[in-house]
Amino acid sequence: MLSFGPLAFLSPWLLLGLLALPILWLLLRAVPPAPIRRRFPGVALLLGLQDEESQTDRTPWWLLLLRMLAVAAVILGFAGPVLNPQTQTDGDGPLLIVADGTWADARDWPARVDRIAVMLDEATRQGRPAAVTTLTDLPPDGITFQPADVVAQSLPNLTPKAWEPQTEELGTFVAAFDTNFDTRWLSDGLARESRADLLNALQSRGAVTVYQTPRQTVGIRPARFVDGEIALSATRTPVGQAADIPVSAVGLDPAGAERQLATATFRFESGEAVAETALALPPELRNRITRFELPGVRSAAAVTLTDDALKRREVALISGLGDQEGLDLLDPLFYLREALEPTADLIDGSIEDILLANPDVIILADVATLGGSDSEAVLSWVEKGGMLLRFAGPRLAASETGRIEQDPLLPVRLRAGGRSVGGAMSWGEPKALAPFDVDSPFAGLDIPDDVTVNAQVMAQPDPTLAERVIAQLADGTPLVTRQLTGEGQVVLVHVTANAEWSSLPLSGLFVQMLERLAVSTSTATPSVEDLAGTTWLPREVMTANGRLEDGSTLPGVAGEAIAEGAIGPELQPGLYTGEDRQIAVNVMQLDSTLGPAVWPGNVAIEGMAVTRETPLKGWLLSLAIGLLLIDVIATLALGGRLRGPRADAVAAVMLGLLLIAQPAFAQTEDDFAINATSEVVLAHVITGDTPTDEVALAGLTGLSQTLFRRTSIEPAAPLGVDIETDELAFFPFLYWPITTAQPLPSREAYAKLNRYLRGGGMILFDTRDADTARFGSSSPEGQHLRAIARSLDVPALEPIPEDHVLTRTFYLLNQFPGRYNSRDVWVESAPPDAIQLEGVPFRNLNDGVTPVVIGGNDWARAWAVDDFGQRMFPVGRGQSGERQREIAFRFGVNLIMHVLTGNYKSDQVHVPALLDRLGQ
Amino acid sequence: MSIPLTLRSAAEDLAAPLPPLLAEAEHLAATVLLGDHGRRRAGTGDTFWQYRPAQPGDSARSIDWRRSARSESNFVQDKEWQIAQSILLWVDDAASMQFTSTDNLQTKGYRARLLGLAVAVLLVRGGERVGLTGLRLPPKRGQQQLERMAVILSEDSDRDYGAPEAQGMLPHSRALFISDFLGDITPTRDALLRAADRGVRGAILQILDPQEEAFPFDGRTIFQSMTGAVEHETLKAGDLKARYLDRLAARKAELSDLARLTGWQFHTHHTHTAANAALLWVYGALERQT
Repeated sequence: MLSFGPLAFLSPWLLLGLLALPILWLLLRAVPPAPIRRRFPGVALLLGLQDEESQTDRTPWWLLLLRMLAVAAVILGFAGPVLNPQTQTDGDGPLLIVADGTWADARDWPARVDRIAVMLDEATRQGRPAAVTTLTDLPPDGITFQPADVVAQSLPNLTPKAWEPQTEELGTFVAAFDTNFDTRWLSDGLARESRADLLNALQSRGAVTVYQTPRQTVGIRPARFVDGEIALSATRTPVGQAADIPVSAVGLDPAGAERQLATATFRFESGEAVAETALALPPELRNRITRFELPGVRSAAAVTLTDDALKRREVALISGLGDQEGLDLLDPLFYLREALEPTADLIDGSIEDILLANPDVIILADVATLGGSDSEAVLSWVEKGGMLLRFAGPRLAASETGRIEQDPLLPVRLRAGGRSVGGAMSWGEPKALAPFDVDSPFAGLDIPDDVTVNAQVMAQPDPTLAERVIAQLADGTPLVTRQLTGEGQVVLVHVTANAEWSSLPLSGLFVQMLERLAVSTSTATPSVEDLAGTTWLPREVMTANGRLEDGSTLPGVAGEAIAEGAIGPELQPGLYTGEDRQIAVNVMQLDSTLGPAVWPGNVAIEGMAVTRETPLKGWLLSLAIGLLLIDVIATLALGGRLRGPRADAVAAVMLGLLLIAQPAFAQTEDDFAINATSEVVLAHVITGDTPTDEVALAGLTGLSQTLFRRTSIEPAAPLGVDIETDELAFFPFLYWPITTAQPLPSREAYAKLNRYLRGGGMILFDTRDADTARFGSSSPEGQHLRAIARSLDVPALEPIPEDHVLTRTFYLLNQFPGRYNSRDVWVESAPPDAIQLEGVPFRNLNDGVTPVVIGGNDWARAWAVDDFGQRMFPVGRGQSGERQREIAFRFGVNLIMHVLTGNYKSDQVHVPALLDRLGQ
Repeated sequence: MSIPLTLRSAAEDLAAPLPPLLAEAEHLAATVLLGDHGRRRAGTGDTFWQYRPAQPGDSARSIDWRRSARSESNFVQDKEWQIAQSILLWVDDAASMQFTSTDNLQTKGYRARLLGLAVAVLLVRGGERVGLTGLRLPPKRGQQQLERMAVILSEDSDRDYGAPEAQGMLPHSRALFISDFLGDITPTRDALLRAADRGVRGAILQILDPQEEAFPFDGRTIFQSMTGAVEHETLKAGDLKARYLDRLAARKAELSDLARLTGWQFHTHHTHTAANAALLWVYGALERQT
């Protein structure tokens, strides 16, 4: 390849052909233009005339120059000139192309693949073997160099991953190098510790070029629940100017569809890497949130999944002591409030009100009995999955509840009176708690020494008692009993919720026990100890693009790995489910920061932008052809062939050769407006399907002619309307044949159409499929019509009622056929309060014109006439078919009358009343 | 059996152009209203010329009694003298007449025959005797003469340029020469002078193609006559234009002078203009009393 600056030639030897140009010059110069032989009777008069000038037997210099240029262009063209040739790096050894392939690459991954493709093209041209890999998906057995064009075929397999390169894998990768090679490294631009080692290893094998574009990467950190609000933070790199980045909370709406539930904005101050924002949401909404994401950013770091940590349980607190004057510390609910407030939403109120809110947990503190209907309602709530947590107290101890037989709202039968130990009036020491059983929900909790119980209610010994006890005192008396009822459970703590009977509410154990009972949820990230020995199943995993995919095919993950949070192929970011809770594993951690990648000075860094090679061969050959065409004209002119008997034919041929430009659609907007408004003009929507458009135009022509002949409406020739560009307001009526190929209108076109419909225009939608489909059935056209009409301002529809004004605006009609005769023609529905008066054949219907008429009768074909006024399409068969066509025309006339006169005919029913009032 | 058949088909091929030519000629002739065609003197004829007092020798039958009743003397109604004249046509049939510059235009020869035949139709309708110069078709009247004339006019000659035949011209008859007069002028001059010697008056109609008037040529060109017998090569045809036009004008002037000398009329007609104008001119020229 020979190159001059940005220009290079693929086959430079052909340029030697330029040396032949002077010879060609001489040759061409020596050959005069060939004479024309002409029959001419006047030759008798010419005999004896001598030429005054005689130099025209040589080709003029400018024509020679033209030809030389043309030949030179051909030679240059075939020499394969290329603009911006991709030859910046030299080298002939193997080429390794490395992309980071992290989530940060996902945003512009196609551009990176393009860049790699360009590199491979170049390697193919240079005959270099190549290998391509991403650092997140390294080949397990080292790199193998293959011919570059073979490697290029595997490019579509290259995908970014949602994690960062794993240091150990990089180590084995580097250790497996056995040859020298050059490296092109497409960096994602983020700082990473593993870079330096890899760079050293690569540099030891050959030249390394880094491709990196400066751009801002934003990552959103996991959401936390702080002080009743959801705290969100995001970090960015490189730190730059102030920026506002919106974030949206996504979750399921009540209908089960995923949608954006709330939005907030991260405001990055200038020079700040971290921005924070907070979202205050009602608990119902907050509990629906499944993830937060930065809209429009395709990156796993732009999404953070939420798990149970963000969900807050609704806990209803009901105390047996009404509004009692006393110290807060004696309030049975005081400790509960203190324990639950940070992690749950508390509800107060009466049982009926509380049940309406459907809380997760109802806590009854020393409530002996509930009202009859209340207890039934609570029981059914428990059976549907509620959790009833009861605390004992003097009232419960004193009541008769659950003495004789078990109360369904108590897990055990109770013995009368309870007991007290270790008090002033009793023997013995206050009792401590026994260690929790392994199968108890409290298993593993440490029991502080100072937790003692002075008094408690006692459970009646019972064969089923043992399995219902989940915590007991050191002497074996039950402290917490539980019974599963339906889908829910009833739990009784045999002491009070305040410190009156025991010191349990004062201890941290109380809070942990509530947590274990899932009364409250933990806000803290689960610790390694918490998760030790557990296995978590990935439910959904996140791709590098930030999209969620089903993770059920992936193996389970040990709890320790989740606790460590080291994201990699084994622990992909996503949502993991355990026994009774979910854990979200996100790309960004609470303390994650992003930094720009820093490269040592000896590494060449290039931008990602590709200056595509521009082969100039085509241009040069076109230039040569153009020059030769000019030469043809000039030669003809010189030889006198441009004048004379066949000059017009020559000119036509020349025009045909030279006219490459399409005739532009030269209708200006003003012409269009004048055409459309100087007369009534029917119009159809240009669907882009030429036969359909022609038929629609012919149909409207036929309808216009019929209107002209039969009525006082005298329309001008119909027009086709492009809803994207043309003004619609000029047309009272649009015919819209639906073709499946028509693209959906743009947003602006929809706005225009809606304005048109609101402004009194009418659109006749014609799916043209009434022969094969009924309205509403899913024919392709019907579906497309639905897709089109989804964003249109179409009112409620009904099939044309018998007394619709369309049945009598000009002709009396009871059917509305086109080429097909289906009765499914829909118009705006009548108001529900329309009433039929005595003696009046029609209902007193609404004002105005129906904005749409929808059907599939293919009216245009029934109306269509060709240039000679002949019907273009047959309708039906024989006489009855002609009758149907006539009715079709009558429908058209009625329709246009309806458009232009509105409900005039409908108002006619009032004429007798008006005359009556006028005293006639 | 085959000979009569081939003969007949050849004859039909030959005759095929005739009806259209004749029909077109009659169509063209129909555009001319026959005007006053009398001799402007009393004689035998159909139309009224004058009343004159009856003279001895006038038969009683010739007395116009209606006129005589209005006065003392008797009057005789004289009719205008109507006498048929012999008119001889020469239409150039040479190869040069077959030239046309574009397909849209008629050839000069076709236009010449059309005009000749149309004049003949008019004249026959006016009661004159029409014939062709040379001895092939002596002047006669009637439809049959027209058909015969059409047959003879359809023949083509393979000479490059035609020359008028002055034979068979009756004394004091009239003649019409139609040609492009691009060839040698001498035979034309001779024929005209001989005709003038015999008291024949008439008209010369020169028919030219527009290209022959415009000479729109340029570049290196070899001009050939229609048969290819005459050639002239030029390297720059555009330069010849002025000189060619000069020569053409000289030719026209020469013809015009010749006509003035012999008492004939001269006119140049171009094939891209309407034929009626030429027909009117020819008709008027032949009618002219000189």
